[in-house]
Amino acid sequence: MNLSFFDQFMSPCFMGIPLTLLSMLLPTLLIPAPNNRWVSNRLSAIQLWFLNTTTKQLMSPLNKKAHKWALILTSLMMMLLAINLLGLLPYTFTPTTQLSMNMALAFPLWLATLLTGLRNQPSISLGHLLPEGTPTLLIPALILIETTSLLIRPLALGVRLTANLTAGHLLIQLISTATMALLPIMPVVSALTATILFLLTILEIAVAMIQAYVFVLLLSLYLQENI
Amino acid sequence: GPLSAQPLMDVKLGELPAWLTTCNFSPLRLLGGVQKAWSSYYDKYINVKRGGPAGISMLLAGYCLLSYGWNYQHIKCHRWRKYH
Repeated sequence: MNLSFFDQFMSPCFMGIPLTLLSMLLPTLLIPAPNNRWVSNRLSAIQLWFLNTTTKQLMSPLNKKAHKWALILTSLMMMLLAINLLGLLPYTFTPTTQLSMNMALAFPLWLATLLTGLRNQPSISLGHLLPEGTPTLLIPALILIETTSLLIRPLALGVRLTANLTAGHLLIQLISTATMALLPIMPVVSALTATILFLLTILEIAVAMIQAYVFVLLLSLYLQENI
Repeated sequence: GPLSAQPLMDVKLGELPAWLTTCNFSPLRLLGGVQKAWSSYYDKYINVKRGGPAGISMLLAGYCLLSYGWNYQHIKCHRWRKYH
């Protein structure tokens, strides 16, 4: 429980080691490498099923050349999923609430898709800047608009993830503070707030999973245009 | 000597400082020790055929406690504040 609402923007350090390091290394323990037994443990079985389903789902609209990106996109999604969900535990630190980390993930990957398109099929990539069937008079305006929307994609990717997680954590802090403050004064209202808190926690779990999926889905869409 | 030959779980509590002086703390050996500790935990609680939620839950509870300890210097300041 962070007792000041600005504490969630703090990056805690202990004896010079930032907690970010621990929070980013923990998902590696939670996603074990499969061993070469016929029947492995239940954790590996669940994760393998999940990975197969989501990879098939993610990679089916992409052509064969884009399937080389399957490893990086799937591992990115598992990492974001694990980090987002671990951030919902008490006293933990969520690295994806820091804009610096999300921009560091979004910008290079978006740039990679853009450069792949511009290098291998430049006219098709540039052709995406003008949708089919636009009236002739609107062409200059639309090219400017599409270029802006292209260049703002990495910013949108990073800020979307940051804002969703930060806002969720802030809401949980505010409503739980309200619940604790109301408990000695008006217990019935406090019980109502506690119900809202419970529903909000379920929403936050969903948001954590959806945001990880959306990040990777958008990257695969940008890849689809360019490869 | 015979003290350094024993693994950690066999060392008695009173002999612990003496045992600590005998082993050499190179980073590679420390890393090997961490790896061994994790493998023993993983093989005992998680890598079993019919595991349950307990293996991961203990790990996550330990992670929460570790995060609390990591933040303790900051949380300590809030203890006697009247208004938060």
